[in-house]
Amino acid sequence: MGCLRRIMAAALLALGLLACGGGTNSGAGPKDTVLVFARGSDSVGLDPALETDGESMKVCDNLYENLVTYAAGTTEVIPQLARSWDVGQDGRHWTFHLRTDVTFHDGTPFDAEAVLFSLGRQFFPDHPFHKPAAGTYSYWKDMGMDAVVADMSAVDDSTFVIELAEANAPFLSNLGMNFCAILSPTAVRRHGADYFKNPVGTGPFRFVEWRKDERIVLARNEQYWDRPADLDRLIFKYVQDPSVRYLELRSGAVHGMDNLSPEFIDAIRQDADLKLQTQPGMNVGYLAMNMERPPYDDVRVRRAVNHAVNKRSLVDNFYAGLAVPAINPIPPMMWSYHDGISGYEHDPRRARELLAEADLADGFDTELWVMTAPRPYMPQPGKIAQAIQADLAQVGIRARIVTLDWATYLDKVFDGQHGMCVLGWTGDNGDPDNFLYVLLDKTAAVKPAQNVAFYKSDVFHDLLVAARRSTDVAQRTRLYRRAQEIVHADAPWVPLVHATQTAAFRGDVKGFELHPTGSKWFRSVAFGP
Amino acid sequence: MTAFILRRLALLIPTLAGISVVVFLMIYLVPGDPAQVMLGERANAETLAALRQELGLDQPFHIQLGHFIGDLLTGNLGRSFRTHEKITVEIFQRFPATVELTMAAMLFAIVGGLSLGMVSAVRRGGMVDYLSMTVATAGISMPVFWLALILILLFAVEIPLLPISGRMSASIYLEAHTGLYVVDAILAADLVALGDVLRHLALPAITLGTIPLAVIARMTRSSLLEILGEDYIRTARAKGLSPLIVLLRHAVRNAFIPTLTVIALEFGYLLGGAIITETIYAWPGIGRWLFLAVLARDFRAVQGGVLLIATLFILVNLVADVLYAWLDPRIRYS
Repeated sequence: MGCLRRIMAAALLALGLLACGGGTNSGAGPKDTVLVFARGSDSVGLDPALETDGESMKVCDNLYENLVTYAAGTTEVIPQLARSWDVGQDGRHWTFHLRTDVTFHDGTPFDAEAVLFSLGRQFFPDHPFHKPAAGTYSYWKDMGMDAVVADMSAVDDSTFVIELAEANAPFLSNLGMNFCAILSPTAVRRHGADYFKNPVGTGPFRFVEWRKDERIVLARNEQYWDRPADLDRLIFKYVQDPSVRYLELRSGAVHGMDNLSPEFIDAIRQDADLKLQTQPGMNVGYLAMNMERPPYDDVRVRRAVNHAVNKRSLVDNFYAGLAVPAINPIPPMMWSYHDGISGYEHDPRRARELLAEADLADGFDTELWVMTAPRPYMPQPGKIAQAIQADLAQVGIRARIVTLDWATYLDKVFDGQHGMCVLGWTGDNGDPDNFLYVLLDKTAAVKPAQNVAFYKSDVFHDLLVAARRSTDVAQRTRLYRRAQEIVHADAPWVPLVHATQTAAFRGDVKGFELHPTGSKWFRSVAFGP
Repeated sequence: MTAFILRRLALLIPTLAGISVVVFLMIYLVPGDPAQVMLGERANAETLAALRQELGLDQPFHIQLGHFIGDLLTGNLGRSFRTHEKITVEIFQRFPATVELTMAAMLFAIVGGLSLGMVSAVRRGGMVDYLSMTVATAGISMPVFWLALILILLFAVEIPLLPISGRMSASIYLEAHTGLYVVDAILAADLVALGDVLRHLALPAITLGTIPLAVIARMTRSSLLEILGEDYIRTARAKGLSPLIVLLRHAVRNAFIPTLTVIALEFGYLLGGAIITETIYAWPGIGRWLFLAVLARDFRAVQGGVLLIATLFILVNLVADVLYAWLDPRIRYS
């Protein structure tokens, strides 16, 4: 029986230990000014030039700064580590005048050499850090920077010059993107292949700890050159399951979260302790028709499909109303958006007429491809595909749904193996070029193609190239509006929706604003009434 | 016995070599390449080519396989495509979380399962028997995600006794020595941290331990019932031994062998990670990591993870075999 007594004693001790933590469920209270932000994935890495995933960027947003950044609520470019800049007459020579009162978190002074290091390692093939030990500078390549930039140099400590191959308007916006963040050359040299987990920038928070798949801890940068952050610590916690994330927020164990599931939106709206934030997202979800395959080479068929799809019903049923039906490829919040285009009405009768004109009065058989993975612009791809399938059936188009996992899907869709496919895009820098050129230009229709409609229009291409070369916003606006009219008439896509960005916070968190680029900046966030 | 163990350990090498090659082939033949997944919508011809070259995917098959085997022989598992991190580091960062959770779950399952099974066998046909076997059947058939959510709703939301997810609260900072937070908290002599860590461990361990508990309970009951009907038990009773001594010293020890097999199997499975439990409780273990690696076609990571799990599985079963002999001296290995 002595054995039994010992077991009892151990059990009591265990209970006591469990109880002694009781009441500290929330872990961090407002008084500690520790903010815990829950998200659905861990970061991949914290070297902003190597990463392409949003969860890495979210953390980098608070660690690093760029020469330029975007103003709150818009994609207007404003100074950050550069005080100002001049552009030469030819639009090719950009001179940046840098701040001289900035140091990196490791004490390294910020100067033109650091800028040359951060951008130069991506650009110069003979740079000692041009070949990272793991990963590749995907964004630099993806944004076409190798073709845009001709040279760069540090003139003196506070002057940095970039020479372009030819005038390029979206270039300045690119400099505000995460991949152009300025990092400490000392830290990169010291950590080499392991820099991605030892990040050093100039931002309002510095890196403290990363427990993989668990949490990333940042602390306030006391030496920040501008007004320091209010929070002592900022913790990004990885909680994969959306319902658990919501329960954590409700319980107060976390103070904020993003990527809300539509089913919790109403509950959050009605909860007095929580607040919902929304922002028209800089994204588009679309249905692309492969113009290399009949019958989609016929514009009447493509227009018929446009008339067949009921976008309003998609928004109401699968986005909890947190999206707007799309008319153009670019979202309505972006400059140069063409609000004169009214879009194809949901009109099954008109669709049937158009099909009859194309000698397809009995409809046709086709494949509708869809991915399994939810994306920011498409939270429930499978169900959306079924709804589109039903819409198409109404006008006689018999679509068979083909579902593939994300890896295989992209592989085959970029190779043009589909008839119709759903896909989407989230904008990077707020420039219309970043939607129209990347997704619909004829140069993007080379396999593996991002232009998955394989739409090839010379008129459209010429307009986009002209808009790239001009730095006059009024003129660029005119060109992009014309480009949108052409896409509308040619109808390579059914633009489906622009999904709204969402985030939810505890009621006592103030100062957070969702940004069109998806950036999550916490410098101005504080607890308070 | 030593020769037996050595022979079993030697068998590990060809087994693991076979597993490696099969996994390599499987990953290689499955459509969708890692570069594509990593770049997502953003992949274009140039970035794809650059990344494929970087990952060595542009090399012919036999070269890739050769590199892989060469690296493996030198103990180098390479770096993960997805996370740029060394595979060994990735594994050592996550495996302690899995070990801790497995230990706690198995403790719950073994203590609970043996007690339920023994009580049911002794009180066969009684109220307790029916009740505990109903619990056991329910435990086996319960979907894990459902059980996890119910436990969270009951014990973390409605009655806020325990935390909802994670391994420790945001306010706790622990020096990572072993990665087993319970051990780290004890090493740091930090009682608050220890309490916090144990509280975080409770719900995931119960969730993960419920199925093994049910299996162990049923196995214990049936094998104990069989033994209790044996002649030597009647003899022991006839000698006048107390019922408790008969049960513990004569019956349970002999009835334990099939149960031990079940425990070893369950232990092996759990060490491979538990994707659903890890996902719901935001538990940073090996299961989810491996799952994401498969989705990303991160085959170096998959390789490393599968090798680890296979090794552990074989070792756990070896330990079980050795324990058989210790429990029942009639079993000898030649």
